[in-house]
Amino acid sequence: MNDVKRNTQTSERPQPALLPPVDVIEDASGITLYADMPGVPRDKLGLRVEDDQLTLEGEIDLAFTEGLQSTHAELTLPRYRRAFTLSKELDAGKISAEFAQGVLRVRIPKAEHAQPRRIEVRIG
Amino acid sequence: MYRSLFPRDLFAEFDRLQRGLGGAFEYSPAIRGLGRGGYPALNVGHTPTGVEVFAFAPGLDPASVDVQLDRGVLTIAGERRAAAPAASDEKTTLHLNERFAGRFRRVVSMPDDIDAASVQASFRDGVLRVSAQRKAATQPRRIEVQ
Repeated sequence: MNDVKRNTQTSERPQPALLPPVDVIEDASGITLYADMPGVPRDKLGLRVEDDQLTLEGEIDLAFTEGLQSTHAELTLPRYRRAFTLSKELDAGKISAEFAQGVLRVRIPKAEHAQPRRIEVRIG
Repeated sequence: MYRSLFPRDLFAEFDRLQRGLGGAFEYSPAIRGLGRGGYPALNVGHTPTGVEVFAFAPGLDPASVDVQLDRGVLTIAGERRAAAPAASDEKTTLHLNERFAGRFRRVVSMPDDIDAASVQASFRDGVLRVSAQRKAATQPRRIEVQ
């Protein structure tokens, strides 16, 4: 309880952000994550891993809305952010990502030792 | 009336609050509904000379989007395929599935003075932008005094 309180006081409060919708698919060799982040140019997309936390971030390019008076808005914030906790069998050092037409695709392979292995059952 | 089974049921309290609020406002939404949470999300803005509609449609093939303007009503329709493979493969597990997949259709009513010939559409970073100009005849004009 004390710990939580201290954290909120010391760290600067992050700016409000939209939560991008994601698909997470796991197969035998790893996990693939898709995130919808429309309006984010490639250079304003951030993907980082700290300890076991994967964070996706993106700033929406608002240059095109200059001089525009908004009459209806469903996208109300100029940025996206979402974080996931990775489990230890995933190899955070081998993450690869692609970004095209507002869709981010992240591939997180499983570590070698965590690859599927058939376990022999001995009868003794 | 809803009677809570547990004396401090939080959801029952919310329900009661919502009913109370619903009665307080004479609420009449637009005929096409609020449309929030749909795909694609829409933002609409005005400039003195035109109207801009932004449809946030990530992962779409621009060639497959159908944009039509018919009697002042703009329709954006198309289909987005699911990123996840079919569940036929038993080795894969779908842990989260929040992204929209399937056919969509969204409709926006445009102002009356839009010049239908001037409508243009472009697609960048997963955002479809439809720009329409107002008719020149309806633009404010300064009249010379003779």
